[in-house]
Parts: sequence; structure tokens; C-alpha cells
Amino acid sequence: MAALLTLHYDVPGDDFTRAGEASSDVKKKLKALGVDPEAIRKVAIAMYEGEINMVIHAHGGTVTVTVEPDHIQMVLADTGPGIPNVELAMTEGYSTAPDEVRNLGFGAGMGLPNMKKYTDDIHIDTELGVGTTVYMTVQI
Amino acid sequence: MKLTTQELLSCPSFSPVCGGEEARPVEGIYCCDLLSLVMGRAKAGDCWVTVMGNINAVAVATLADAACILLAEGMSFDPAAVERARQQGIALFRTELPVYEAARLVEQLGGGL
Repeated sequence: MAALLTLHYDVPGDDFTRAGEASSDVKKKLKALGVDPEAIRKVAIAMYEGEINMVIHAHGGTVTVTVEPDHIQMVLADTGPGIPNVELAMTEGYSTAPDEVRNLGFGAGMGLPNMKKYTDDIHIDTELGVGTTVYMTVQI
Repeated sequence: MKLTTQELLSCPSFSPVCGGEEARPVEGIYCCDLLSLVMGRAKAGDCWVTVMGNINAVAVATLADAACILLAEGMSFDPAAVERARQQGIALFRTELPVYEAARLVEQLGGGL
């Protein structure tokens, strides 16, 4: 069955003022489609955390959101440095974010854990020096 | 009758910065300044009490579906944050009260929520 909606966004790197624009747009469009508010909230939170990670660590990237009749898939792809230890990065409180990022209120080591918490499925493909692609699914 | 963001306007201790798109019910209160913790732990409809007044705080409040942001300790919102809140339709308030006292006052206004 064809997707109900496919959305694509470029996430600019190193610009915290624009992080969240893509997630906000997705939130609005899902609301217009009549998607359950709690599912929208899960998608918005997981996607925003992913956007922030790309801004902090990977000089930006792309996000593709596909809305299917029974689920929403988000694919966040970057060409950043890759994640050396995914298991460690998934640990609450573990962070490699620099101090200036922490001063903004980020870098608490909750990004990937929040993405896992708010999605029904998460899969991470990463290669050092090549980039990272995160696949997340929220059932609706 | 539940407390709404509109009713917070009537409290002299809270100054409105941005009205929000519509009056929203305040379902609870969440106090924290680390944005990722807020994303993970605040509940939809919470009045979020914080000292973070930057544009990212507005993005977090919007995406986590908070009812409003209450900026405590006499802190000020960045102009870019206020502009983003207008665009997103989220209510912003500020107060000279410390975080704990501000949160307690919201709780009292909400009849214990």
C-alpha cells in the first residue's frame, strides 16, 4: 500500500536556532491528518532529539518521514563521524556533547534514550568516518 | 473546573509574555532546566517551570506539548524565543518567584491540580 504522506527535510548543522523546525512541521501535518495526539507527541519528541543530535555531532543531515496507515517511520541520516559505541551512547546520562551545548540545556545524555523510549522500534546503522542513519517507527 | 493558561493571567505574580493560541488546560507541573530531561519526562499539558528562556526551550515545550512555559527567578526570554512562541502558539509567562514557589503557586491556583 502506498504511503499516505512522505516528508523530507534538510537539517542545517551547528544552528540550534533552527533545530526543531522540521519536527514542528511534522507535528502540524500529523495533526492535520488526524493522527492520535499521543502518537504525534512521540514522533515529535523522537524526531527533535534526532535533529539535535545531528546538529551537535554531525553538522546536520536529512530527515525523511513516511506516514503509513498503521505506523510512522522516521529516517535520520547524516555524514558525521559515526558512533563508536552505540550501546554506550544509548545509556542514559552518557554524553560527548561540548560545554557550549550543555549551556543551552542539551547534552544531558538523554537523546538516544529518549528516542528509544518514545518509539516502538529503533535501529541504528553507523560507521566511523562515514555517518549514521537512525530508523525509528511509531505505531499509530 | 480545571486551571487554564488563561487563568494564570489573573495571578499578579505571573506576567504574560506571549498569550498562546488558545486557553489550554494545565494538567500538571514539571520543573527542570535540562531540555532533554524535559523532553523525556514532562507530560502533555504540564505547566513547565524553568529558568531556560532560549529558543530551544520553546521548541521543547511545543514538541513535548506543554501547556505553557513559566520562566522563574526573574529570568527573561530571548527575543527569538518569544517570536518562535508566537509562531507556535504557545503561552509564555515570567515571574520573579523562585522555581519552587512559582510551581507551588500554580498548584494552589489549580486547586492542587
